[in-house]
Amino acid sequence: MLVIKNLETHYGNIRALKGISLEIKKGEIVTLIGANGAGKTTTLKTISGLIKPTRGTITYEGQEISGKAPDAIVQMGISQVPEGRRVFTRLTVLENLEMGAYARRDQEIGQDMDKVFGLFPILKERQRQPAGTLSGGEQQMLAIGRALMARPKLLLLDEPSMGLAPLIVRTIFNIIQNINAQGTTILLVEQNAHLALSVADRGYVLETGQVQLADEAKKLLNDPRVRKAYLGD
Amino acid sequence: MLQQLVNGLVLGSIYALIALGYTMVYGVLQLINFAHGEIYMAGAFLGLYLTVSLKLPFPVAFVLAMAGAALIGVTVERIAYRPLRRSPRLAVLISAIGMSIFLQNLSLYLNGPATRGFLPPFKVYPIRIGEIKTSSLEVIILVVAILLMVGLQYLIRRTKIGKAMRATALDKETAALMGINVDRIISYTFAIGSSLGAAAGVLVGMYLNAVDPMMGLMPGLKGFVAAVLGGIGNIPGAMAGGLILGTAEVFGVAFMRSEWRDAIAFAILIVVLLIKPSGILGQNTQEKV
Repeated sequence: MLVIKNLETHYGNIRALKGISLEIKKGEIVTLIGANGAGKTTTLKTISGLIKPTRGTITYEGQEISGKAPDAIVQMGISQVPEGRRVFTRLTVLENLEMGAYARRDQEIGQDMDKVFGLFPILKERQRQPAGTLSGGEQQMLAIGRALMARPKLLLLDEPSMGLAPLIVRTIFNIIQNINAQGTTILLVEQNAHLALSVADRGYVLETGQVQLADEAKKLLNDPRVRKAYLGD
Repeated sequence: MLQQLVNGLVLGSIYALIALGYTMVYGVLQLINFAHGEIYMAGAFLGLYLTVSLKLPFPVAFVLAMAGAALIGVTVERIAYRPLRRSPRLAVLISAIGMSIFLQNLSLYLNGPATRGFLPPFKVYPIRIGEIKTSSLEVIILVVAILLMVGLQYLIRRTKIGKAMRATALDKETAALMGINVDRIISYTFAIGSSLGAAAGVLVGMYLNAVDPMMGLMPGLKGFVAAVLGGIGNIPGAMAGGLILGTAEVFGVAFMRSEWRDAIAFAILIVVLLIKPSGILGQNTQEKV
């Protein structure tokens, strides 16, 4: 579904991605794990078109998408839940969800809104509240719901567990698996390697802008190098 | 007293219209668009030519002047601001000042330096309600300004474009991730802000029966003061700031000397910046992490 080859991205003179290659197949949950500064968020931003790569290709369903504008990429079916949730704090919950469907012209937006409210009933209760008044966990639910409103075929999630209580993290990850089970392919970026690998089909380990390891998630969970570096063994 | 209040509200509604252009642009770009006063001037000239030279019916000329100024505003953004989107803010600010000077001089070249008369193309009646003396023109100014502000409020709160503008103002990168074409939203913002400025220009041109290339300078600054007073980036704030500034000016002139008119406005600016820099309705945004 998505094939990235030798991707390089620069911030000024700093080379943040040093030739990353990865592949996501339809229906999978793929995770990118690694420490701070490894290039996980940069990879997602480059896929979404927020950063233009200096080299390499991103092919989505057979089409080259690197260099396309972010709004064009959303229309092709790739949505991102950004790091730190980034809900529109002064817009209401409902307005945030409407913004998620901004690029759509079809008549089924209302149905999808109901689906999102089905996944996250708390959002329905709070639909008239400004998003800034929600708790961190609720904001994460809103950020995910908002991305789903675009009806993505590929959902990019950046650190959905960040700063949340373990119980809420569990809920969010159950919902992520639920979304995947309903047919959305997922690319999950996480610092919480154990959690990410336990829900993913495959994983890539990023270090200083390069892919160090790539394997099935189960095997990575038992890989001594991963256990040592990321799982606290 | 009541008389001064009416005068103040008429003047204030003009300042409010101008202030909206500053505050909307600031909201999406964090830029003080110093060329906004010149958009107001351009609107006044467009209104003058469309009604007096082309003899178009006034409502048609009014709308066309707004549309023409919207086009100029969008063009200014394309030429002078968009290429500097990733530059330091100071660079864009200097570009805005340059654009302001350029538009003044272009207008001097096209229109000549002389002040033109701009008699309203409709009959103006004096109106008397008890002690208050006003005119049909003042009533028209107030009503048009209020209608435009109500319309803007509807657009910003209820329409998809308006919500996208607010989302863009809060967080451009995330707005882009929603599939919002951020550049297009910025263009719409300039178009709407400029058309409101042009509406103010036409109304003032007729009110003072005077249009000239430098006319945008002082009202432009006053509009900016009104925007800061209300809380820059805040739309209801700009409306409130305009009305307060207009009223304060009229009362100040009534009780002090008329030469102090401009000093009052800028004294207000200084006091606001000292006491509450975020303005009356400005809020410090808080983020949950």
